Amino acid sequence: MDSRLIQDLKKLLGTDAVLHQPEDLMLYEYDGSVDIARPNCVVFPRTKQHVAGLVEIANRHKIPIVGRGAGTGLSGGALARHGGILAIFSKMNRILEVDVEDQRAVVQPGVVNADLSAAVAHTGLHFAPDPSSQRACTIGGNVSENSGGPHTLAYGVTTNHVLALEMVLPTGELIRIGNSGLDSPGYDLPGLFVGSEGTLGLLTEITVKLTRLPESVKTLLAIFDTLDDTTETVVDITARGITPAACEMLDGYTLRAVEAYVHAGFPLDSAAVLLIDVDGVREGVESQAEEVAAICKAHHAREVRVAKDSRERDLLWKGRKNAFGAVGRLSTTYYVQDGVIPRTKLPATLRRITEIGEKYGFPIGNIFHAGDGNLHPLILFDARDEKQLKRVIAASDEIIQFCIDMGGSITGEHGVGMEKDRLMPLLFSESDLDLMRSVRDAFNPDALLNPEKIFPNKKGCGEIHVRPMPIAGAPAA
Amino acid sequence: MSIASKTVAARLPDIVGPKHVTTDPAQVSAYAVDGRVPAAAVRPGSSEEVVEVVKYAAAEKLALIASGARTKLGIGSPPLRYDIALDLTRMDRVIAYDPGDLTLCVEAGIPLKKLSSTLAEHRQFLPLLVPYFDRATAGGTIASGVDSPLRQFFGTARDYVLGMEFVFGDGVHSKSGGRVVKNVTGYDLHKLMIGALGTLGVITRVNFKTFPSPVSTHGLLATFDSVEQAIGMRHSIAQSPLTPLTLEILSPRIAELFLSSATTRCETAIPSSAILSARHWTVAAAYAGRPEVLARYESELRRIAAECGAASVSVLDDNTRPAVWGRLRESLPILLDSSPATTIVKIGVLPNRMKEVLNTAVRAADAKQLPWAALARGLGVIYFALLPRERGDDSLREVATATNQIIAAVAAMEANATIPWCPPEWKSSVKLWGMERADIAQMKKVKKIFDPHGIFSPGRFAGGI
Repeated sequence: MDSRLIQDLKKLLGTDAVLHQPEDLMLYEYDGSVDIARPNCVVFPRTKQHVAGLVEIANRHKIPIVGRGAGTGLSGGALARHGGILAIFSKMNRILEVDVEDQRAVVQPGVVNADLSAAVAHTGLHFAPDPSSQRACTIGGNVSENSGGPHTLAYGVTTNHVLALEMVLPTGELIRIGNSGLDSPGYDLPGLFVGSEGTLGLLTEITVKLTRLPESVKTLLAIFDTLDDTTETVVDITARGITPAACEMLDGYTLRAVEAYVHAGFPLDSAAVLLIDVDGVREGVESQAEEVAAICKAHHAREVRVAKDSRERDLLWKGRKNAFGAVGRLSTTYYVQDGVIPRTKLPATLRRITEIGEKYGFPIGNIFHAGDGNLHPLILFDARDEKQLKRVIAASDEIIQFCIDMGGSITGEHGVGMEKDRLMPLLFSESDLDLMRSVRDAFNPDALLNPEKIFPNKKGCGEIHVRPMPIAGAPAA
Repeated sequence: MSIASKTVAARLPDIVGPKHVTTDPAQVSAYAVDGRVPAAAVRPGSSEEVVEVVKYAAAEKLALIASGARTKLGIGSPPLRYDIALDLTRMDRVIAYDPGDLTLCVEAGIPLKKLSSTLAEHRQFLPLLVPYFDRATAGGTIASGVDSPLRQFFGTARDYVLGMEFVFGDGVHSKSGGRVVKNVTGYDLHKLMIGALGTLGVITRVNFKTFPSPVSTHGLLATFDSVEQAIGMRHSIAQSPLTPLTLEILSPRIAELFLSSATTRCETAIPSSAILSARHWTVAAAYAGRPEVLARYESELRRIAAECGAASVSVLDDNTRPAVWGRLRESLPILLDSSPATTIVKIGVLPNRMKEVLNTAVRAADAKQLPWAALARGLGVIYFALLPRERGDDSLREVATATNQIIAAVAAMEANATIPWCPPEWKSSVKLWGMERADIAQMKKVKKIFDPHGIFSPGRFAGGI
């Protein structure tokens, strides 16, 4: 006999759209992070009325409700930290409207990021935010986390591409904020809601900007014999006012794992490479590529290769975008950090990360968005050993502290979620956090929606839980 | 000093020093907003002093309006109450500038002109080509939400403000965002402060992403017989691989005003009267890069202009361009100077419907025989100015009828229309904020959190906030 809650959910959504058996729930207790939390039930709404109905049921039963797209998140944002209903938006995956001339699209939150770009590719447009998980992750998830990606260096992150949102508030109201037209009068509510990590409302429709694909793209692979030369190159490119479309760094350690996996021709004996895209009108791309290559050579690049054609480009980028998965070949588990630093501090920070790895005895791979100073050190460890986990967290905390000391931040694109809430006081005072909490409470007064995310519990800090089994392999940002 | 002023000012000298408080009627009248004069003006020198002033105002329930150079205080509804003018111009320092990282932190009262010369030393800039550039402050520019022609390429402030510090509520200093170019830590509360007209708190510091100055920037002006042709050129550019830095459409009267406007507001005289025409619509596009990129833009834009039926095409270089772009930047003051009762309707519209919206506005103005001028940004923002010949009740009736008609008509075209500028005494007779927004209840929730005592610019914002 189903519980009253399950009965209500099945009545709203149909039997097929409600999961509540332990073996089913296990599939939804994790995401791309190392956290774990099992929901009481998993549901698949298909319409905005379903979403409103779910909120009503959650209110009636006084249990939490948490939205989730593809579950590729890297901070536990879409985990049911306190159980309750996990609402998966994968069935709300229709592109509702594409306005080619005005370069806008209206989508349901479950539309997969890459699917939108693919659907409009024939018009010469694309959705610019391109997290590495873009073949799986959803636009609803991107909006909630304010996702980035390699090409956000030149094109901006998700918030720069969102015009309007429709959502169900925890009170059950269906509201619209923003407008297709620019500059709707009033507060920038979309600016507040994008990146609020699912704590303010459940998205039902998203209006995004579409961006024209560049006329020309050149992909450069610069190969270096030392990490310092690589990072100094990034500093120099930035300081000279060159903004490539993307500027990614892969160190030798991750490079070897990637090459074994994709065979893109990455050099196996290098200390690091930079994968750089320059794009725009043909004439500009030529000269910019030459300029970038010259800077790489001035910093002792062993070789600067330019991808010959789109096949070669795609292969290099496939290597980059599947890198986290490839690292899974090296270790059962990894812990990925997402700290940000001013670009000028890149050389010192990479050196510090190496020292921290040596100090704690963990291999650390670095594959990250060098152009905007967004680090992704991957600390490889064995999650089955609890002592290792404690040391991994300690090592990671040292890296984060260093980022903050450099004037940086604790997360550039992965979100705070349930992973970094305890680190928030390193950046924000208690009164800063209280103001943010009051904003959350105004929209989400009973903590019904995605409870205990972003903001640390006032009582003490939460513990990071780790799943017992290997987790590497999922595509990730 | 009146009793009221004495009471209001009582504690202020203790906070900022007697030198920085005034209740002298002649001095405080300079801080008037829509004719309402505060009892006192106070000039804090630090965030800590702002905190104390706000604490005091909250305790005494005194209404505050923060200002910088006071160039844009005419935007918004008349304040319901106004006791203290909070003048932030003493807070004018660059707190941190890391040219290598292209990031910057400034105090709110820093003049943009001073800031831009600091940035220019490192060949960098902020894309804030905003009106009253010679006087405007960073804080006032952000709080008023005025836009810049450069939004075509660089976006608006929300796209390059990285973080902020501000004082809200009972006088609590707070912050959001950070100083790095990519950051998702915590709620982006600073986005709420942009364009909020100071109704949520007092901005004390702003962190910006800066941009490298292009090697060279050229401008192309194409004139057309009809608005349809000019908009056609805009559409063709949008479908081309070109990404100009600015893309504007000017009505004939704007061109006429540019030709006749004094150089006092702008850098230099228009190089030749032949480049603008008072009888034509003009498309103005700026583009930057190395010589080969400039050449490509020029040839492509010339081709598009010809295909769209341009009457003339002129190209301006680094020396001649500022004369026109300086006037584009100063369009607002130029329009305000050009009529005793300039009323500007700002319309956000999908680019595809720009023509329809412009034609509707023109019909409404013509029906009342009101002179008008229009400036349309290529992304879909139209400034439609009504320029009555006098400022009497007859003009008001005509302007109110025309603006009501425009606001109602464009609402059906998925466009938003507001009236950011009109004579203060007309404000109660026109729909300053256009149609009421559906999310006004959510806005009020936000206002209540930031300003529980209703002391920040009460009544100046949309929805009576």
